[in-house]
Amino acid sequence: MDFLLNDFFFRAIIAGCGIALFTGPLGCFVVWRKMAYFGDTMSHSALLGVALALIFQLNILLCVLAITIIISFALLALKKNGGLSTDSLLGILAHGSLAIGLLMIATMENTSIDLQGLLFGDILSVSKTDILIIYLSFPIMLLTLKLIWRPLLCATLNQELAEAEGQKAKLAEIIFLLIMAATIAISLKIVGVLLITAMLIIPAASARFFARTPEQMALLAVPAGIIAVISGLQGSLLYDSPSGPSIVAATLIVFIIAMGLNKVRSKFKSAQ
Amino acid sequence: MQLIDMQKVGVYRNERWLIRNIDLTLNKGEIVTIIGPNGAGKSTTAKVALNILSPNEGKVTRAQKLIVGYVPQKLSIDWTLPLTVERLMHLTSAPKKGEIQQALTRTGIPHLQNAPVQNLSGGEFQRALLARAILRRPNILVLDEPVQGVDTAGEAALYQLINELKSELDCGVLLISHDLHVVMAQTDRVVCLNGHVCCQGTPATISNTKEFQELFGKTAAPTWALYQHQHNHTHTLDGTIKQHTHDTTDNDCCQHHYEDK
Repeated sequence: MDFLLNDFFFRAIIAGCGIALFTGPLGCFVVWRKMAYFGDTMSHSALLGVALALIFQLNILLCVLAITIIISFALLALKKNGGLSTDSLLGILAHGSLAIGLLMIATMENTSIDLQGLLFGDILSVSKTDILIIYLSFPIMLLTLKLIWRPLLCATLNQELAEAEGQKAKLAEIIFLLIMAATIAISLKIVGVLLITAMLIIPAASARFFARTPEQMALLAVPAGIIAVISGLQGSLLYDSPSGPSIVAATLIVFIIAMGLNKVRSKFKSAQ
Repeated sequence: MQLIDMQKVGVYRNERWLIRNIDLTLNKGEIVTIIGPNGAGKSTTAKVALNILSPNEGKVTRAQKLIVGYVPQKLSIDWTLPLTVERLMHLTSAPKKGEIQQALTRTGIPHLQNAPVQNLSGGEFQRALLARAILRRPNILVLDEPVQGVDTAGEAALYQLINELKSELDCGVLLISHDLHVVMAQTDRVVCLNGHVCCQGTPATISNTKEFQELFGKTAAPTWALYQHQHNHTHTLDGTIKQHTHDTTDNDCCQHHYEDK
């Protein structure tokens, strides 16, 4: 096992698959709750977290986690005050934090920072510690998601129904945001800040074509993500392309194939 | 047995009173219908009753161990969320397979157990939601405009069903309706709301009115009732009450005139 982990490519595959294990089920909620742009805003602000961590010499993971949490709660607070639409607020926070993050990194004297890697992911940078963090955190996150599954699903369907029937909807929503922030912070290295949301949405969307219940969709999103990670990283190795775009391109192919298979299946059904 | 008792309840949000001075009681085995125009505070009142909103003034007493079965006003389920009728039944409780079949049979849609909810018609969906609510074995059933988007025949059948379920579950029913004059016939009390309780009383059974029988026939008529009232005041745009007459000592600001035919 150890000699395998010394191979950077194998490390990347292990890390990527670990991420796909929880972006799948989590991503279903992002799709159901129409939070794609919200996820984008959180992940764009992650760059600001990286910049701050570098300036103040803090732990990057924790700093990114803190910033994404602050940004998502700031958004909730701004939304409550009314005024601008959520859409515009998301745009302001997403691009504002991305721009400030980029400016801070650009003006830093230490020029050894791999901006490309931060934006698009870098398989070379995945360390054994990263793998340890992924595999230690994902069982905790999956378990938490399982615990809040019922109230969160109920609140996703209808907020009032959840509250009327005594489901702790608000608490579940806050925990959901925290899990999302953690997911973004952990998957930053592999996929990069610009493309993390794709890992949440595309495998989940591909799984929709073959699912009849929410749980089936969450389970099917996992293999969809893993297939994309493995084939994407192979492509990245083959063509020396950045890992993030390669993986996301692979998820897109998985999605198109799933859509095509679904079309064929429904044609076949209607012909019967 | 008293399930919910609200006294002089007021909710103040965004610098205005959404509702004020609301008195409302719901007993076991009773059907209470809240009527009122849009923005009258019907949903706000229901939310306070269900402990979703906490009131800024007044007192709410709830029976211990209140199990709520809630049928929301509209539940649009996006295509992205795969959901069968069977899975919908598990949303907030864990019923057994046989119980689900029983509940669906009771609401008249046993054949739809495995259908995706997105394929149901308006009436079928309301029945599915009703089945889901009764699976919780509630002692209070709250229905927010349950007949919306259901045709007249379906409405009669649905009202009939609600009344039967009330007896079977031995629960209280809180019904919200935006129809100001026609209510479910079995309603024990109608509460007319417009920021405050405009009036409350028992409805006059519609089956007695000749016009109605001509319109819908005798069989459908027992399902509905008329609630006839005329307000002696209007509300200005900011919600303040403008009195037309000065005689408001009895707090009932509507004039009732039931037609006995």
